[in-house]
Amino acid sequence: METLMAVLVGIAFAASLYMMMRRSIVKLIIGLILLSNAANLLFFTAGGLTRGAPPLIPEGAEAPAGAVADPLPQALILTAIVISFGVLAFALVLIRKAYQVVQADDLDQMKGTDT
Amino acid sequence: MLVAVLAGFILAALVPWLQPYFGERAGRLYALLPAALTLYFATFLPGVAAGEASQAVYPWVPGLGLELAFYLDGLSLLLALLISGIGAFVVLYAGDYLHGDPRQARFFVQLLAFMASMLGLVLSDNLIALFIFWELTSITSYLLIGFDHEDATARRAALQGLVVTVGGGLALLAGLVLLGTVAGTYTISEIVTQGEAIREHGHYVPLLLLVLLGAFTKSAQVPFHFWLPNAMAAPTPVSAYLHSATMVKAGVYLLARLHPALGGTDAWIAICSLIGGATMVTGAYLAVRSTGIKWVLAYSTVMALGTLTMLAGVGTEAAMVAFVVFLLGHSLYKGALFLVAGGLEHGTGTKDLLAMGGLRRAMPITALLAAVSALSLAGLPPLFGFIGKELMLESLLAAPFAGVLLTLLAVVTALLVVAAAGAVALRPFFGPYRETPEVPHEPSNAMLAGPAVLGLLSLLFGLVPGIPGDAFVSAAAGALSSEPVHAHLALWHGLTLPLGLSALAVAGGALLYSRWDRARAAMRRIDAPLYERGPEAGYDRLMAALSDLARRVTPVLQHGYLRYYIATTVLTLVALVGLTLITRYEGGLATAIDVRFYELAIAVLFVVATVFACRTQSRLGAVVSVGVVGYAVALFYLLFSAPDLSITQILVETLTVILLVLVLFKLPGFVSFSSPRQRAWDALVAGLLGTLVTLLLLVAVDHQFAAPISEYHLAESVPLGHGRNVVNVIIVDYRALDTLGEIFVVALAAIGVYSMIQYTRPAREERS
Amino acid sequence: MIRPRSLILQTMARLLLPLQLLFSVFMLLRGHDLPGGGFIAGLVASAGFILFLFAFGIPATRALLGVDPRSVTGAGLLLAVASALLGLLGGDPAFTAQWWQPAIPLIGTIKIGSPIIFDVGVYLTVIGALLTIVVSLAEAEE
Repeated sequence: METLMAVLVGIAFAASLYMMMRRSIVKLIIGLILLSNAANLLFFTAGGLTRGAPPLIPEGAEAPAGAVADPLPQALILTAIVISFGVLAFALVLIRKAYQVVQADDLDQMKGTDT
Repeated sequence: MLVAVLAGFILAALVPWLQPYFGERAGRLYALLPAALTLYFATFLPGVAAGEASQAVYPWVPGLGLELAFYLDGLSLLLALLISGIGAFVVLYAGDYLHGDPRQARFFVQLLAFMASMLGLVLSDNLIALFIFWELTSITSYLLIGFDHEDATARRAALQGLVVTVGGGLALLAGLVLLGTVAGTYTISEIVTQGEAIREHGHYVPLLLLVLLGAFTKSAQVPFHFWLPNAMAAPTPVSAYLHSATMVKAGVYLLARLHPALGGTDAWIAICSLIGGATMVTGAYLAVRSTGIKWVLAYSTVMALGTLTMLAGVGTEAAMVAFVVFLLGHSLYKGALFLVAGGLEHGTGTKDLLAMGGLRRAMPITALLAAVSALSLAGLPPLFGFIGKELMLESLLAAPFAGVLLTLLAVVTALLVVAAAGAVALRPFFGPYRETPEVPHEPSNAMLAGPAVLGLLSLLFGLVPGIPGDAFVSAAAGALSSEPVHAHLALWHGLTLPLGLSALAVAGGALLYSRWDRARAAMRRIDAPLYERGPEAGYDRLMAALSDLARRVTPVLQHGYLRYYIATTVLTLVALVGLTLITRYEGGLATAIDVRFYELAIAVLFVVATVFACRTQSRLGAVVSVGVVGYAVALFYLLFSAPDLSITQILVETLTVILLVLVLFKLPGFVSFSSPRQRAWDALVAGLLGTLVTLLLLVAVDHQFAAPISEYHLAESVPLGHGRNVVNVIIVDYRALDTLGEIFVVALAAIGVYSMIQYTRPAREERS
Repeated sequence: MIRPRSLILQTMARLLLPLQLLFSVFMLLRGHDLPGGGFIAGLVASAGFILFLFAFGIPATRALLGVDPRSVTGAGLLLAVASALLGLLGGDPAFTAQWWQPAIPLIGTIKIGSPIIFDVGVYLTVIGALLTIVVSLAEAEE
């Protein structure tokens, strides 16, 4: 499964980068969303995949029974998901604002800093 | 002791609230703090005179071994007393000097913060803490030089001081880190006991050069001396305090403090005594050449700093005693003279010595105070400056390295300084009376108190040199040479060679002063071409070259095309990491292919949705397919034991769609701008990165380089964390600091969105 | 964009909001032992408010909230920082977890700890931040 997941992550990275390299500003947003998903999935896979054993401890027990999934990558990804949403919102509003000011949806026309 | 250091910062923080209550009298109130600190430090005098040193250690970040350590021995005590004592008079003085100035509050904030930084600097027993206080003094000095920030000259001078001292500070940081590594500790009191090991270490020479560079820039040694006179753009109390009595001493203090650890080698002796000697003569020469009263004083400060560096370089016991006496003497008379200069400037409205004359009738007290301190500057008996100069000459005559040369330089310097002292103390007050922009009047009592007390001390210490000698000179000199020193200070040493040299210098100086106007003209004729190519011109050229370079480089690096930034980053990454992977990697790749049917189905869905999101020309189609990708990811999380992630992902995915609906459809539709060739190239770059990520992931999954720390998380979650959901325990307990940072980021993003939208409205109104 | 028209949406939002808020508190409190926690609970509660926003418009939502969402963000951050400082009171370094197990009549022993308070801070921050973003955007689009 890790092998398949590695291929999926590669595809997601390639797709997000391709979208971020387009000139149309709206496609940049799609690229950003794909990128955060790809990065989270990369981290998740690198931490190792475990089927059906969430890192929960049964009531009354001191430690989990048997091997469970690594909780640390999960904790890091959880906050990353929320943060990437915040960043996405910021990027969206920034692009919206840039579009209003420059009145152009072509990134190549937005490269001047003085407009 | 922590309180003593922090008190200045605390008072500085309170100034904005105190100022409105106390208004014009606020300066007198603030002066109580340095006065109290002076008394506090004075209580250490008996102990220090008996050879004791006080230490105070406060844990700061115990987990990292960081602590705030303070150390008070003779040297630190001497400087702490000077900083707080002169500080009290300067604060008192500044209240009247800036009488009616609306910027008083800002001034006191900066001045008090500076005082606290300086105290921290001389009391720190930790190299890193010392460095932090060191940089704080640079920053407060920058603010104070540029206090008159509407004046372009002041701004330039402030920046120049900052660039030079902070540039040197960078070198110092490297030097201190190297020193800490070599010594194995950052505690100064431990480092100074390991001098031999440090001096024999292979890194000694680079370490020494870096530390010296930091000290020399701070203490305005040749060729960095030019920033100090320019710093005279600051208000006069600042010049008196920072740029003569205290801050510029920081570099010299560092030399003295580290002398037991670094000093005594050929490199140290040669560099310090030669640079110091050169600075000493240059300063004295330029002092005689100048006509602005503050410039004469500033250059004579450069002279004094050079002398101190030279004495630190010579490093004999006699030189150490001379160092301490000279430092104390200089602080007393130079602080007083600057305050007198401020009074003159205040009372007459001009800073030019040539514009003043015959003021002794209008300003008799000022004239008297100027004379006392100027005598000390010129090194005439019975003032304390005389003792310092005699000791210096004596130690130079016995110097192990280049003694004759240094003595010669010192005599020439003494001669020039006598003339400069005459220019400051005689020129304004004697001779024919000259009209000045303002009707000359005596400054207020608060402004006279400082020069009066400092002048009296110069006289008292000169007449009864045993007082400072027993109280701290021996102890301070002992701190410099790491062996107990007993200093015998006396006004009369008998008919010695130094006395003869002094007499020669005084006679020559008096002659030079009598022909000052002609001498100055001659000097200007001779050195004009030199000035054009001096270090200050070099600084200007360097700054110009820097902006020129920035102008050329920026358009190349910051071209503004996002896709080329991405391509550059990706190709560099692929080339470097890919190359390493191919040439160095010998292990295998993960080939676990135990895929269940439903997992394969989700994978296919994921790929189809991803590809569709890239290919579609419809915004709605893209939003929907991105949503499908997100839900597929959520399913993966669920299948592979991450229920928390799965829930979060589904919720965020839903909110993302709402957000996209709110904004995306207000934006223009998808347009294809790029040519097919461009698209193929971009796809190639993106594909390369995708392949690299896949390969790296396969390598990572196949290897475990260290035992996972989550075993600890799992084992202690219930006993220590009181929680059975280990993911949540990590978020709110094990890694709570991390989470705190993350919720701050979320909050910042929200504030960013809010302010960007709020900002839109007025802009629109303006346009319509 | 947001037109408070649809009766079905309004009825649903009115019904769902209390349920969602209740559910979010449930998710928050059980988060230390079972899947849930401040982030998830915050997202659930925000989703409830956003649904309400779409159904009834901005003024009604603001009235319902009573406070500016930005203040909620600030309160959340303050609470999180305060819970971290609780450790200092106990003489430990900041962020050291503190636990109390007071016995309350009729309910029994419950456990309260600074990490739980921290999680409440996370919860409020997430709600405040998300609502700030969505309400600002909705206002801008009107």
